[in-house]
This record gives sequence, structure tokens and C-alpha cells, in this order.
Amino acid sequence: MISVRNIVKAFGGMRAVDDCSFDIADGTITGLIGPNGAGKSTLFGIIAGFEPPDSGHIYLGDEDITALPPHRRFHRGLLRTFQTPRGFENMTVLESLMMVPAHQTGESLAGAWFRWGRVKAEERRIREKAEDVLEFLQLTHLRDTLAGRLSGGQKKLVELGRTMMTDARVVLLDEPGAGVNRTLLARLAEDIKRLNLERGYTFCIIEHDMDLIAHLCHPVVCMAQGRVLAEGSMAEIRADERVLDAYLGGDPSQAGTSADETREAAP
Amino acid sequence: MELTGLLHYGVFTLTMVGIYGVLALGLNVQWGYTGMLNIGVAAFYAVGAYTTAILTAAPSPDHLGGFGLPFIVGLVGAGVVAGLLALVVGLVTLNLRSDYLAIASIGIAEIVRLVLKNEAWMTNGVRGIAGIDTPLASLVPGYADLGYLVLVGVILALVYWGVQRAFRAPWGRVLRALRENEPAALAAGKNVLAFRVSAFVLGSVIMGLGGALYAHFNGYVSPSDFQPMLATFLVWVMLIAGGSGNNRGALLGALVIWLVWSGTEMLAGLMPEGLGTQASALRVFLVGLLLEIILLTRPQGLLPEKPPRRVDE
Repeated sequence: MISVRNIVKAFGGMRAVDDCSFDIADGTITGLIGPNGAGKSTLFGIIAGFEPPDSGHIYLGDEDITALPPHRRFHRGLLRTFQTPRGFENMTVLESLMMVPAHQTGESLAGAWFRWGRVKAEERRIREKAEDVLEFLQLTHLRDTLAGRLSGGQKKLVELGRTMMTDARVVLLDEPGAGVNRTLLARLAEDIKRLNLERGYTFCIIEHDMDLIAHLCHPVVCMAQGRVLAEGSMAEIRADERVLDAYLGGDPSQAGTSADETREAAP
Repeated sequence: MELTGLLHYGVFTLTMVGIYGVLALGLNVQWGYTGMLNIGVAAFYAVGAYTTAILTAAPSPDHLGGFGLPFIVGLVGAGVVAGLLALVVGLVTLNLRSDYLAIASIGIAEIVRLVLKNEAWMTNGVRGIAGIDTPLASLVPGYADLGYLVLVGVILALVYWGVQRAFRAPWGRVLRALRENEPAALAAGKNVLAFRVSAFVLGSVIMGLGGALYAHFNGYVSPSDFQPMLATFLVWVMLIAGGSGNNRGALLGALVIWLVWSGTEMLAGLMPEGLGTQASALRVFLVGLLLEIILLTRPQGLLPEKPPRRVDE
């Protein structure tokens, strides 16, 4: 589905992503793990089109999308979320879902002024869809709450909900578990699973919570210093000497088995 | 006599409130909806005023034209030219961060002011363009300005309808989203630059219309009409005091601030002679003070922004 080929991205003299290649296969929930500074989030930004790579290519299926702007990748079904949830503080939860679907008639001024009937009909349809999404995520009670008032975990759920407002094919989730309490986290994990099974979403998930990764992801890709260190099942990754050295073994503050500790170490 | 004087003052005040209301609505599209810091309102205001002046004034050897065209052509032309200027400026600057737009917009306003002053073949320089018709002057016999006030009211109502509907529509929703959080709007697949440019152009077209309304009301335009103080600062104060992001707030702000502004002018007239210059400084001070008080007591303005009524209700 997504092929990352020889991506290089340097900031100053530091190579954040250094000749990185791997695949996100169709229908998988691929985990992307690695120590802080391994280049995972930078790579997400490059895959989603938020930053251009210095060299290398990104393919969606057979198509080279390296030069496409983010909104065009979105229209092809490639979506991302952010490490720190980024909501629309002064918009209601319902509104922040309803803004997502592409090519709405009322998104142009001409549509808003001269095709009001059609805008109304579309809005009704989109609202019903948004309400379905809220029901799926068990957030119906927060429908008219301003997004700025949500807790961190609820924001993550709404962010996941935004990806459900369109025909997503691949969704990149950047630390969906960060700052989310255990109860919400379990729900989030179930929602991700269901979206994968029922709607056929392909996911790629950056996460430091190894329980969550082990529970959801196959395969798992481990990055360190901008490169792919190892790929395989979680069991294979856990047994890999290089991964133990770079990430999972040794210093407990870098261990990643205890998510909270890793988060404290995060910048 | 007394009564006609009062009526005349009332009509003058309401017309100016109407014109500033149009400007404040235009700025609200840019700043209130979208968070674009345009400190060059004067540029689009002036371009609108001069466009209609050149298009509608009687032919004159002192400046370009005039072409003696009807009011409506001048009005549309003012919107079009202001919009084209905004399109050029927007495509260059709107990919920049908002503080850069602020600096660029100051620069644009200054360039426009210098062009108006120095390109005398087109604008008659500092002497300005005179002989601009006030339409509908004969609507109410004996009260020339009353007919024009009606016209300003109609145009203000149309502009209000247009911006309010656009605000409620998905267009306004996307603008609010990208104001709140640009990366998330990008991640939601929106072409952020295109939305920004459309909002910047719409706001500037409206400012151009405001300029045209002013030119036809005053009958005369010169560069001194578009000093930043009058043409940019006051509009910003109106929007912030009234409530940015709220169209009714913008109109209320235009009313309140204009009343204070013109009221203090009378105050200045009452001051002893020789204090005239101090008095004009005092006016600016008073308007600033009022803004401070409003922001301290109602930080989001008199009528704060709220999510608009849903379209499908």
C-alpha cells in the first residue's frame, strides 16, 4: 500500500531520516517503534506530505506521491494524526468532524451564496455521518462541546473520528496512546481494531506503549537513528539483539515497556 | 433650522457608520474568520475609492479619466480592482506566517499611498479627484444625503447577508478551522492556501466597496482621506471592540466607535482656542482608552464570537 524508498531528511548536519525504506502492507496495522529521535515522526510528516524529503520516494500503491501536497494525498485516502492532539479549540466536536469531508459544495463562496439548497442537503447528510462516527466512538454526549474543553484522550478519539469522516485507506497515527488514561486507551485500541477489520483501514502506528503495540500491530518496524533496524512480528522484534541494544533493553528510562517513563523522557 | 441641522448630523453619522460597517465586515472576514493580520486596510479602501472616482467622475485633464460612468459601474469596478490587488498580494504573502502578512500589508498600504500622492497623471496627486456624484440625491427632495443613506444601508445589508451566509457555510467552517489550527486543517485535506486567498480577496473586495461608498458620499477623494489612523486603526478598533469573528459585533463596533470618534470631535470644538492640536491627540487617546476598557471588561468584544447556527436547522 505505502512504500517508503530510500528517504533521507537532514536538519542542519543531523540526518533525522537516513536512507529509510520499508512497506506498510495493505490491511495491516503496522507498528513503528524506536527511541526518541529515531526519525519516526519526521518520517510520518514526509509520508503525509507535510515536509519534503531531501531524497527518496513515497509510493501509494504504484503511484509516486513524493511531490503531492498534503491535501491531495488526503483525497487519495492517506491521512495522518499528530503526536499532540491538534483540535480546533473554538469549534464544537460535531463541527470539527463535519469540516472533514472533501469537495463540499458550501466550501466555495459561489456554492454558499447560490446553491444554498444543495449545501443544506449535504450538511444534513454530513451531520448524520458525523453523528454515526460519534456513536461509534461513544462520544455522542460531547457533540456540542467545544473541542478545546476535551481531555487529552477525548481529543485523540475525536482525531481518530476525523479520519472516519472520509474514505480513508491508510491512516498514520502518531502516538495515539500518549497522555490517554487506561480506560480510554482500551477503547481507542478496540476502535482501531474494528476500523481495521470492519472498514479495511490500513494503519501505521507510532507508539511507545509496547503493550499497545503487541496487542495491535503486526508487523512491527523498529527504527533507530533514522534507519530501519529490524522488521517482523513483535516476538521477533523483542528477541532482536540490535533492538534490545538500541531501544528495548538496557537503560530502563529508554525501555519503552513502561510507557509513562518513556513519555517523561520525551521532549 | 435646528431640527434640520440635527437631521443632517444624524444622516451624516449613520452614513459614516454604514461605510465603516462595510469596512469592519471586510476586516472580519480576514481577521475574525481567518486570523489574517491585515494592517493595510487603508490600501484596499483607497483603491476602491479612487477606482470609482476615476470611473465615474466627469472627464478632466488633471487625472486619468474620468469616464463619467454610472455609480454601479464604479462600485463593481472598485470591488474588482481591490480584489485583484488582494489576489496579487495574497498569492505572494499568504504562504508566509501571519506576522509576515502584517508587515507586508503595512508595506502595501504605504506603496498605495505613495502611488496616489505621486502618480499625478492618474490621481491628480495630493489635490485629489473632485466631482464624484452622490447617487439617489434626489430621492427625498431637499434632503440630498438621505437618499444616499438608503443606498448605503441596502449595500451594507447585502454585504452582511453575503458574509454571514459564507460564515455559516462550510467555507466559514474551514476558515475557522485553519485559524484554530493550520496543520490539522491540512491534515483534514484542506487546501489551506486557496482558502486563505479566497478569504483575503473577499475581505478586500468588501473594503474596496467601502471605499467606493465613501468616495460617492464625500464627492471628493485625496490621499489624506486614507491616512492609517482613519482608514486602518479605526476599523481595527471597531472590529476588536465589537467582537471579532462576529458580524453583528463588527457592525455594533462601527456604530459605537464612530459615535465616540465623532462625538469627541465636537468636544474638541468646545475646547478653548489654541488647544485644537492637543484635542485631536486627545481623541485618539480616548478611543484607545475605550478599547482598553472594553477589552478588560469584555475580552472578546461586545458581542463575542460563537459557533454559527447550523446550516441544516
